[in-house]
Amino acid sequence: MKIHEYQAKAVLARFGVPVPRGDVVFSAAEAGEVARRLGGSVVVVKAQIHAGGRGKGGGVKLAKSPDEAEQIARQMIGMTLVTHQTGPEGRKVGRVLVEEGLQIDRELYLSIVLDRASARPVIICSAAGGMDIEEVAAKEPEKILREAIDPGTGIIPFQSRKLAFGMGLASGPANKLVKLLEAVYKAFVETDASMIEVNPLILTKGGDLLALDAKVSFDDNALYRHPDLRDFRDLAEEDPLEVEASKFSLNYIRLDGNIGCMVNGAGLAMATMDIIKLAGGEPANFLDVGGGANAEQIKNAFRILMADQNVKAVLINIFGGILRCDVLAQGVILAVTELGVRVPIVIRMEGTNVEEGKRLLRESGLNFTTADSMGEAAEKVVGLARGK
Amino acid sequence: MAVLLDRHTRLIVQGLTGREGTFHAKTAAAYGTQVVGGVTPGKGGTTHEGWPIFNTVHDAVRETGANASVIFVPPPFAADAVMESADAGVALVVCITEGIPTMDMLKAMTFMKEKPTRLIGPNCPGIITAGQAKAGIIPGHICREGRIGIVSKSGTLTYEAIHQLSRQGMGQTTCIGIGGDPLIGTSFIDALKLFKADADTEAVIMIGEIGGTAEQEAAAYIAHEFRKPVVGFIAGQTAPPGRRMGHAGAIIAGGQGTAAEKMDALARAGVHVVKSPADMGAKMREVLG
Repeated sequence: MKIHEYQAKAVLARFGVPVPRGDVVFSAAEAGEVARRLGGSVVVVKAQIHAGGRGKGGGVKLAKSPDEAEQIARQMIGMTLVTHQTGPEGRKVGRVLVEEGLQIDRELYLSIVLDRASARPVIICSAAGGMDIEEVAAKEPEKILREAIDPGTGIIPFQSRKLAFGMGLASGPANKLVKLLEAVYKAFVETDASMIEVNPLILTKGGDLLALDAKVSFDDNALYRHPDLRDFRDLAEEDPLEVEASKFSLNYIRLDGNIGCMVNGAGLAMATMDIIKLAGGEPANFLDVGGGANAEQIKNAFRILMADQNVKAVLINIFGGILRCDVLAQGVILAVTELGVRVPIVIRMEGTNVEEGKRLLRESGLNFTTADSMGEAAEKVVGLARGK
Repeated sequence: MAVLLDRHTRLIVQGLTGREGTFHAKTAAAYGTQVVGGVTPGKGGTTHEGWPIFNTVHDAVRETGANASVIFVPPPFAADAVMESADAGVALVVCITEGIPTMDMLKAMTFMKEKPTRLIGPNCPGIITAGQAKAGIIPGHICREGRIGIVSKSGTLTYEAIHQLSRQGMGQTTCIGIGGDPLIGTSFIDALKLFKADADTEAVIMIGEIGGTAEQEAAAYIAHEFRKPVVGFIAGQTAPPGRRMGHAGAIIAGGQGTAAEKMDALARAGVHVVKSPADMGAKMREVLG
C-alpha cells in the first residue's frame, strides 16, 4: 500500500526521524493559516499525490508570504498534475502539504528495501541526493553505498558510521545519522514497510539532518496487524474498478487495451496478457480470480471487466486444478445471462472436469467461442476485438 | 529417482484439520503419497479422517517418523509453522500459504539459516514427483512419468507446462513450484542443482516472472554449471512498472526486474527462451528432437 508524503513523514516522526514542521491542508484558506503559524520568510507548498516527479510537474512551489501560500494552494488543489510517473492522464490534487523552508547545505539519499537474494534488509545511502537514484546508480555506481542488516542484531552503529563517513559527513552530523538510521530501521521493521525512501535527506546549514521528502509503502499482507496504517489508504489515488475488485478479493489491474482477460493464477494471468500482445492485441486488464473461485465470484469478475468501456472482447483462460471447469462454466453462463454481456467471449479451459464444462457451454445456447490452446484463444480473441 | 520426494517420503500436514488441509491430504494420499498424520495445536490425540493429529510437529515426527511436511496454515501463523517444522528436524517443508507478511518470512529465513531443512515456497503450489508422491495442490491427474523437470514461480503456468508436455508425449520427473513471494526458501538455482544431480531428469522447463533478480542469478549459474537443456519462459512481458501483478514478488521496481532483462540473461546463458507461453512444450520437443 502506498501512502502520501505527509503520512510517510508522520510515520517516520513517530519513530524519532526529524522532519520539517508543517501540516497537510485540503483548502487554500487553511494553507494560508498554516503558513502564518509556521512563520519564517518562506514556506513550501507541495501537492500530495502518489507519484514522484512532482517538482518538475509544478507540484512543489515556494511561497514568500502566507498570502502567496494561499494563492499557490488555490491553484494546486483541484489541478491535474502530470509527472513522468502519473502517465499522460495525470492525477488530481486533493490536498497539499505546507512546510517550513529550510537552509539546505547538502542533499543526501537514504532508503531501506529488502534484498531478496540475501534475505536481509539493505540500507542504501548516497551523497548524490535529490536526484533520481536509478540514474545515479547507472552513471556513478561508486556513489551508492549499501549496508545489509542482520535482522537478529538490527542496524549496528558502526554500519551507520560507515555510511555517514562514506558520504563525507563531519563527525557531528555523522552521530546524528547513527540515531536517524536506527529510527528509520525501527520504523521499517515495526510498520511492516516494504520500502522507505528519504530523498533528499538534507543537511541544513545549522548541521541538522531532516527528511525533506519521504516515500513509504507497506506490505499489504501485514496490514491486518496495523489498523492505524490502513486508515492512510486514499481511495482517490486508486482506480475505482480496482477498488471495487478488491472488495471481492479479486486481483484486478486496469490497463489500456481493449481485450478483457479473466484467468486463474497470477502467473497464467500475466502470461495471458503477454500472448494477447504477441497475437497483435492489447490487454485491457490483469485479472486473477484465484484458485477457489465459485460461480458468484466469476459473476463479480465479469461485472468489473465489463465496467471498463474499452473492452471489445473477452478472453477467459482457466487451467482448472482446484477450480473445476464445470463450476467455471456455470459461473460464466450465469454472468453472461444476468449481466446481458454483449461482447464476444473466447473461452479456453483445461484441467479438472473440462469435458463437463465444455458440454455446459455448448448447451447453454449462448454464443461462446472456444479454443483448445492458449495460442488459438489469443488469435481468436484478437480477431474478434477487431470485429472479425 | 526424481528429486525431493518420492513414494518413500513420510508426509505430515500442518493444518490437516482445516478445509484445505483435509482436501489436499486426501488427494495426496489418493495419489500414492504416504500421509502419516497431521498437526493442529489443541487437537492432539484426536484423529481426523483416520489420521492421527498431534499438538506439535515434534510429537508428530517422534510418533510417525515423518521427514516431510506440507503447510496449509492461515498467513498469520504460517511462518511460525515453518520454523516449528525446521526445529523438529523435518528435512523437507513445503509451505502453500499465500499472504504471509514479509517480516515474518524474514524471521523464518534467519531462523533456518543454520538448519538443514529445505523449505519450498511459501505462496506456491508445492511439488509433485510424477507417479509417486505429492506435497501441495498440483493436480496429480495431469502429470505423467517422464524425464522433464519443472521449476516455476507460478502454479497454473506449471499446470500449463505439464499439459503442453503431455501433448508432446513427454512426462515429468519432479515439478517444483518455488512460489511468487519476495522471500522464498528454494531458489531457481537450488532447484537446478537438484535436477543436475538427478540422472532421471534429462531437461528442465524453467518458468519465471517479473520482479527481483532470481532469474538472472539462475542464468549465471546455468551458463557455468548446468549442461542439461533448459526451456525458459518469463511471465509479465506486458506488465506495467510499479504494479504488483498478483504475486507479492511480481513487481518491476525502479526499472529493475523486467521480463526483457530476464529473457535476455537466460538467452545469453544458452536457455531456449520462448516468448509465448503456448510454446513451452513444442520448444522442448524441438530441443530434445
